[in-house]
Amino acid sequence: MSTATVAPHRSGAPAGHDGFAQLVWAEWTKLWTVRGWVIGIVVAGLLTAGIGLLSHSECGSQAGPGAPVVTGGPGCTSSLGPGGEAVTDDFYFVHQPLAGDGSVIARVTSVTGSSSPDGASAQDLHAGVQPWSKAGIIIKASDTSGSAYAAMMVTGSHGVRMQWDFTGDAAGLAGAVSAASPRWLRLTRSGDTITGYDSPDGTAWTRVGTVTLTGLPAVAPAGLFVASPDVAQVTSRSIGGGSGTGGPSQATAVFDHVALTRPVGPGSAGGRSGGAGSAGDGAWTGTAIGGSSGGPSPVLGYRQSGGELVVTGSGDIAPVVDPGAGSVANTQIGTFAGLIAVVIVAAMFITAEYRRGLIRVTLTASPRRSRVLAAKAIVIGGAAFAVGFPAAVAALLIQEPLARSRGIFIDPVSALTEVRVLAGTALLLAAAAVLALALGTLLRRSAFAVTAVIAVIVLPYFFAVPLAVLPGGAADWLLRLTPAAGFAIQQPYPAYPQVTGSYTPGNGYYPLAPWAGFAVLCAWTALALGLAVYLLNRRDA
Amino acid sequence: MSAPGWDLHAPGSDLRAPGSDLAGALAAEWTKARTLASTGGLLLAAVLLTVAVGAAVSAAVSCPAGGCAEDPAKISLTGIYLGQAVVAVLGVLMISSEYSAGMIRVTLAAMPRRTTVLAAKAVVLTGLVLAAGLIAVLASVLAGRLILPGHGIDPAHGYPSLSLGSPPVLRAAAGSVLYLALIALLSLGIATAVRDAAAAIGTVLGLLFLFPIIGAVVGNAHLARLVQQIGPMTAGLAIQATTGLSGLPISPWAGLGVLAGWAAAALLAGGLALRLRDA
Repeated sequence: MSTATVAPHRSGAPAGHDGFAQLVWAEWTKLWTVRGWVIGIVVAGLLTAGIGLLSHSECGSQAGPGAPVVTGGPGCTSSLGPGGEAVTDDFYFVHQPLAGDGSVIARVTSVTGSSSPDGASAQDLHAGVQPWSKAGIIIKASDTSGSAYAAMMVTGSHGVRMQWDFTGDAAGLAGAVSAASPRWLRLTRSGDTITGYDSPDGTAWTRVGTVTLTGLPAVAPAGLFVASPDVAQVTSRSIGGGSGTGGPSQATAVFDHVALTRPVGPGSAGGRSGGAGSAGDGAWTGTAIGGSSGGPSPVLGYRQSGGELVVTGSGDIAPVVDPGAGSVANTQIGTFAGLIAVVIVAAMFITAEYRRGLIRVTLTASPRRSRVLAAKAIVIGGAAFAVGFPAAVAALLIQEPLARSRGIFIDPVSALTEVRVLAGTALLLAAAAVLALALGTLLRRSAFAVTAVIAVIVLPYFFAVPLAVLPGGAADWLLRLTPAAGFAIQQPYPAYPQVTGSYTPGNGYYPLAPWAGFAVLCAWTALALGLAVYLLNRRDA
Repeated sequence: MSAPGWDLHAPGSDLRAPGSDLAGALAAEWTKARTLASTGGLLLAAVLLTVAVGAAVSAAVSCPAGGCAEDPAKISLTGIYLGQAVVAVLGVLMISSEYSAGMIRVTLAAMPRRTTVLAAKAVVLTGLVLAAGLIAVLASVLAGRLILPGHGIDPAHGYPSLSLGSPPVLRAAAGSVLYLALIALLSLGIATAVRDAAAAIGTVLGLLFLFPIIGAVVGNAHLARLVQQIGPMTAGLAIQATTGLSGLPISPWAGLGVLAGWAAAALLAGGLALRLRDA
């Protein structure tokens, strides 16, 4: 007798899906079928889009209790430079028309200055030139603010520079200027191309830079200019009222050997068309460009005596540093509120499984635990991004016309930057959600996880920016090392080393580059997620 | 003839539920708080974080020779900003943990007067936080007193040594302890209304930190001031100021009053929700 082999029963039903896609689908189902979580995520979007409405301000408002009323200050209408960025274009310009190609030459023998750091009275003047006070020669498309230009200049303490179109900067001869060591400056126009030279003696010229300006008319004003930026401000808009010191400054420069020359050629008289020393030549015109209201006394202007031209100016030719209420980043202030709402849902997305015991079902159905966490991270991060991005766009779309109706001009950014700032809001929400998920897995209790995420993301920002209790250096380190570094992705305007101004986080400038800052947040999130996977695999559920 | 043993109202038979009075409720809540491992851990964390942050900030400030506008008491008590988050967690868990574990049904069955339960929780919580807050604040002031003179905050710069003998410093220190207790009560009230721990702690921390963050970007000075006057944290921590009082958006005690108003409103909302809702 032989035993017949009996084939084991096989179910006719198809094998269950156990791919990663099914896991993601399962987690997505868990998320959207819990009414409270869907409400939480929708609320996150509404907060992100709506909180910014509270941040509105008016032009000409008071900077703080007891402070002087600022009119035409930050956030109000700005001039736009050739690159489309908001610029400050205030200086004193002594000019003649330069027709076609030609050169401007001048020797600078002295730059002196004074400032009133309190911004108050002319009696309280401090002698001394500002580091980025500028005196030199310039060829400019027109005498309106924001027009294209190229300039060679002597600065307070950064040597000779060539600057153009507000953001361009190249270094020339180093060292301070004095009667014993004067600086010769030369700008040569050839078509739309302008080349800057400097020289210690007027014979051996060194090329500093060559730039091509678009929109330079055939006859462009050219001549001498002086600008002196406001005293570097220590502004902090801290709790209990803002504090800041700063005020206008002015600079006075002495020029000689000033000449506008045209290249010798047929039909041209050749030689000098104007010179400071040439008798009977009254062709110079003095214009205060922009809103240069003048620094402390004495007043702005120029004086011609013998072969010398003495020009006094105030203001700056530079991109705007503090856009104030007119910053694109200000429209995204709702990020903080939206982030808190997202973090609550994300933490509960895992802690609720522990509380209800569902985690055991989840891990039985999908024994590869790291894949469960990965699926959860994708779902919650994706949901946060999907809600955050439209909310960020809505915040901008709602607030921009509202701001304009109150006379506030939102300083423009390039389309790419705008997308980065808006996507940055959504990415911040997504990264915070994944971090909350990881900490929720580690701590297993939602209250701890939510508090921990807020403590590592919102609190360092709070300590560094609104509280402003830390000195600048320590605050910068907080925004480099902690997950709060991620807010750098919302920085709308670049910082320029050649510009005087308070490039502080409060004004929207972070110590790390936008994507580097976000990478720090991602690194922390990855670390927490890795730790969560490790513990999830080791611990009993 | 009456059947002995059936008269429930016979004198001498005390069938009042134990703990229906406040003393019993207090004893019950004290036992719950005392026997939870998280209570001690959170109180310890609140003290340590408060002192550590206060000491770190004290060590980070520097007063240049030209003088500065620092407020020594405020600097040494900076740790309250972080410590309050831990205290808020404690306040939230005081009731939320009962909801998540289902314990609340036992509690309310044993003590049907729901307002009494909430009051007992509030009293026990206040006592615990006042004790921890006192330790944290005293240690912070001591740390500031030891550290600050090394960073230019010394008599040579016009700063007297940090001492509780000076009335403004005493106000800042005592006020900070009260502040922590009020934050705990605010958290308890919100958690009672919201029930879920994550939502409650998120709401509390959002209330605390969003006001100053929004206030910092409001360009309109009047609106910015208003935001700081009504924010529970911005108003409440005005109590820490010892210098430049005229520049504050709200005076110290009035600010603490605003926070007390927030806490009272939260407890009222929580109490009403607790009475009207099913547990």
